[in-house]
Amino acid sequence: MFYREAGDFKTSYAEDSQTFPIKFDRYRYYAVLVIAFAVVPFVINDYWVNAVFLPFLIYAIAAIGLNILTGYCGQVSLGTGGFMAVGAYACYKLMTSFPEVSILIHVILAGGITAGVGVLFGLPSLRIKGFYLAVATLAAQFFLVWLFNRVPWFYNYSASGQISAPERTVLGVPVTGAETAPWAAYLVCLLFVTASALVARNLTRGMAGRKWMAIRDMDIAAEIIGVDPLKAKLSAFAVSSFFIGIAGALFFSVYLGAVEVGEAFGINKSFLVLFMVIIGGLGSIFGSFAGAAFLVLLPVFLKNLLVGGLGWPTDLAAHLEFIIVGALIIAFLVAEPHGLAQLWRVAKEKLRLWPFPH
Amino acid sequence: MRKTLMTAALGAMMAAGPALADLVVVDTSYRTGPYAANGIPFSDGYQDYFTLINERDGGVGGEKIKVIECETGYNTEKGVECYEATKGEGALLYQPLSTGITYQLIPKATSDGISLHTMGYGRTSAKNGAVFKNVFNYPANYWDGASHAITHILNENGGDISGRKIALVYHNSAYGKEPIRTLEELSKKHGFELMLLPVDHPGQEQKSQWLQIRREKPDNVIMWGWGVMNQVAIQEAVNIRFPMDQFIGIWWSGSENDVKSAGAKANGYKALTFHNLGSDYPLYDDMAKYVVEAGKAAGAGDQVGSVLYNRGMYAAMLAVEAMRTAQEIAGTSAINAAQMRDGMEALEITEAKMAGLGLPGFGPEFKVSCENHGGDGMGAVSQWNAEKGEFELITDYYQSDQEVINALVAEDSASYAAENGIEPSCN
Repeated sequence: MFYREAGDFKTSYAEDSQTFPIKFDRYRYYAVLVIAFAVVPFVINDYWVNAVFLPFLIYAIAAIGLNILTGYCGQVSLGTGGFMAVGAYACYKLMTSFPEVSILIHVILAGGITAGVGVLFGLPSLRIKGFYLAVATLAAQFFLVWLFNRVPWFYNYSASGQISAPERTVLGVPVTGAETAPWAAYLVCLLFVTASALVARNLTRGMAGRKWMAIRDMDIAAEIIGVDPLKAKLSAFAVSSFFIGIAGALFFSVYLGAVEVGEAFGINKSFLVLFMVIIGGLGSIFGSFAGAAFLVLLPVFLKNLLVGGLGWPTDLAAHLEFIIVGALIIAFLVAEPHGLAQLWRVAKEKLRLWPFPH
Repeated sequence: MRKTLMTAALGAMMAAGPALADLVVVDTSYRTGPYAANGIPFSDGYQDYFTLINERDGGVGGEKIKVIECETGYNTEKGVECYEATKGEGALLYQPLSTGITYQLIPKATSDGISLHTMGYGRTSAKNGAVFKNVFNYPANYWDGASHAITHILNENGGDISGRKIALVYHNSAYGKEPIRTLEELSKKHGFELMLLPVDHPGQEQKSQWLQIRREKPDNVIMWGWGVMNQVAIQEAVNIRFPMDQFIGIWWSGSENDVKSAGAKANGYKALTFHNLGSDYPLYDDMAKYVVEAGKAAGAGDQVGSVLYNRGMYAAMLAVEAMRTAQEIAGTSAINAAQMRDGMEALEITEAKMAGLGLPGFGPEFKVSCENHGGDGMGAVSQWNAEKGEFELITDYYQSDQEVINALVAEDSASYAAENGIEPSCN
């Protein structure tokens, strides 16, 4: 009834190819942005920021990054944790070496450095595909974690091998360190998420994205029609690593404040982000958000429900959490192999016809 | 999806109810994952002692103690989530039982004015209370442990260990790296050769490390392990027939769970400790009567008297004594987090106090002050007796090399203060 193109006349190509062609969708999107930027910062507290919003936003950036590589370009990567570590350590080294430069610039530079490292580890993708590439990126994961553990220069020779973020401010408001107000940390991450999503969305529907998708769907055919696999694959690795590096930098500096590479950026992180992308939906920006939300919020929600609400023992709740999350992942994928994004697409199709489907 | 989940989470949180005016203590335990074998007994002991105080004495100074348990799985992200979720409930004290989580919480807790007690773990230089106002690591810390192990080897070898080769097998994390600096200093002082062998989380795979030990034949092995890593290391040591009495673990690598799986051949394995072992204390009669037989024991209730259970209980005992001290200073029984901190800083443990509690000679005597949040560094060595199935103390309590350690503490805390813009002061 409300959800349809009818009556919303497009008079230019730009309008015709916009992200949200349906008026209702467009206004909903603006409303989400307004609420996220102008309402949420006034009502959130420490708990909501640190347990829900920061992990959700940061993992969403990482999932967007991996989605570009795996979802759009078809290159399977298990090195996400390692690339996040590159972002985190690059950010740390920059923060401590150039304290007078804004942290926002450091985060972006950390993304840039990660992009370089990503390209380096993307080189094997020119020769190998599928599972073989997954193994090569797995090597990146282990090598990078080992490197940051092994070379003391990366952690400024601290006794514990941990890196911890000193206080840095944006416009005089601290955004890293212990004195950070919840809204400040939230807004910084939200800014990066919004920018990342916009950039990613516009990249993926432009020429770069079409090249990636051509490579994904059939690389030989892509090459025949004039797509350069070298440029396409390496640019996918670079862009993907850039976002993952930003996610790693924020994860370290704004969210945790102190990390230990083996624990924070281990192989589990790689799998977690890969699950987010698969559950959310490969090749969809919305899917990255949905997958991150699913895997970040569900455990917190279950914990609060089982321990806080029902008063069950914590170990029982922790075990049940594994079972429930695992079962839901399987159930979702059986019901909809293309992830939450596909569910959303189907729902939208149905909504367009509602209430007269025939 | 996102919205409905959030509303549901909000509903669940509201159902959890408002905070009560009790003495709130948070136990960030881990009963799942690769560290559960060690996390369970500690948490059981910690909670059981508080239950005993509530059941037998009606709390501390008439105020009941409320323990909030969070499952972290030794994961720092979950630890932070737990901290944020519980700090609003009037929490007085956190006992993270994880060096990684401790590092996360030091700046947060200091900024919120809540105290951390990191007993025998965490950041060693937190001993300097002038810099780390809200962090306490009495009665002993990692650097004390490193020194204890070396002193023990010195004593065994007539005071001369120059030219000996000593290997450190450590968990490759902040926890395992802590002792390296001290051991390096001590190796300069005593002239032994130090060999470093990191083991990655979780530590199930140690074949290459022990192969290296077999090849290079160090005279002694010191271990900084936790969780499943301990069992694997001890089994590997047995496999290469390393002499068990030359193998010394830190106090976190010396519980029954760690040695039992290696069977009779683990006999003679040594581990450090900063409190007494066994259940031969009057307090355990009360524990049996008020907690275990009343069906109020935490967990399965089968850990009573094990090494880590005792340690958890010891941590809870120190917490309760700090609460009493805080109540005396504040003149009120309903203390807040700031008063609790003052109580911890004024804590004094004497033999008479411990005997009065039914734990005579259970741990060293010590007195906390602003300059010293870490106790006097007393520790002892225990040895595994496989036949009896228990660890036995084989030395008296002795002090660590304060000269080396105090210099390191001063240096490390000063660099922390400089990094974070803290002005060290004791007023």
